[in-house]
Amino acid sequence: MNSLYTYLFIAALLFSLGIFGVFQRRSLIGMLIAIELMLNAASINFMAFNRFLAPDPIVGQIYTLFIMGIAAAEAAIALSIIVALFRRLRSINIERAQELRG
Amino acid sequence: MNSVQSLVQPHLLAQAGFASVVALTFAGALIAVFPRNILYNILGLIVSLTGVAGLFVYLGSPFIALMQLLIYVGAICISIIFAIMLSRPLHLSVPKRRLPKVGLAAGVGVAVFIMLAGIISRTPWQPAVSRSSDWSVTTLGHYLLTRYDLVFEAISLVLLVAILGAIVISGYARRRPS
Repeated sequence: MNSLYTYLFIAALLFSLGIFGVFQRRSLIGMLIAIELMLNAASINFMAFNRFLAPDPIVGQIYTLFIMGIAAAEAAIALSIIVALFRRLRSINIERAQELRG
Repeated sequence: MNSVQSLVQPHLLAQAGFASVVALTFAGALIAVFPRNILYNILGLIVSLTGVAGLFVYLGSPFIALMQLLIYVGAICISIIFAIMLSRPLHLSVPKRRLPKVGLAAGVGVAVFIMLAGIISRTPWQPAVSRSSDWSVTTLGHYLLTRYDLVFEAISLVLLVAILGAIVISGYARRRPS
């Protein structure tokens, strides 16, 4: 509980679960949920390095805050694209969004 | 009181709390990835993010844990639920999964985990020579308004552009004949 490795392995497992989710889902919202899991794994890594290694224990917290802000922007854009795509295709299945296929 | 304190030792209590937080994180992540009903997924994501907030408390920053609850659970998850309500008719049947695809995805996930675990266990992590012990929110605010001021303003600009873009994209789709 008080070692760096515990947190790094927790974050690695969470990241792998997120990658598995991105590859395995076909609905766009499911993929977005998996991406949020991966972003959280990155946040855990930043906070763990901040707690155990960094010379200045503020910088990791600031980076985590920035990750949260970027995640909020990304979620807003992705959700509006999903809603627009659903209005056009009546589906959010990723395999039906193929209009740009060459 | 004294007997209770000798019965429940504080570090045991802390370890039990840590184990429960980790269990919450992974149970939520599994629920967020595996079930086919999208509402179960979003509920699992909420559970998992709450667990990660608990991990942040154990990493010594209750402020970041509160921000995690506020921004992720309070804003992002709720907006994802709104998008589900707006986009997906829940009564439609969910398409079946194909086994090879799930197998391939599991293979990629396991490969990434093995790679990360190898990197983690082989790197000799060295703590910095002189570590300051200033964790307070006051210092964080000072840093945000002095050294990281430019990034702070850039983030707010990015958020503004993202909100405007979201409005424009969904409004454009509404006017367009389908």
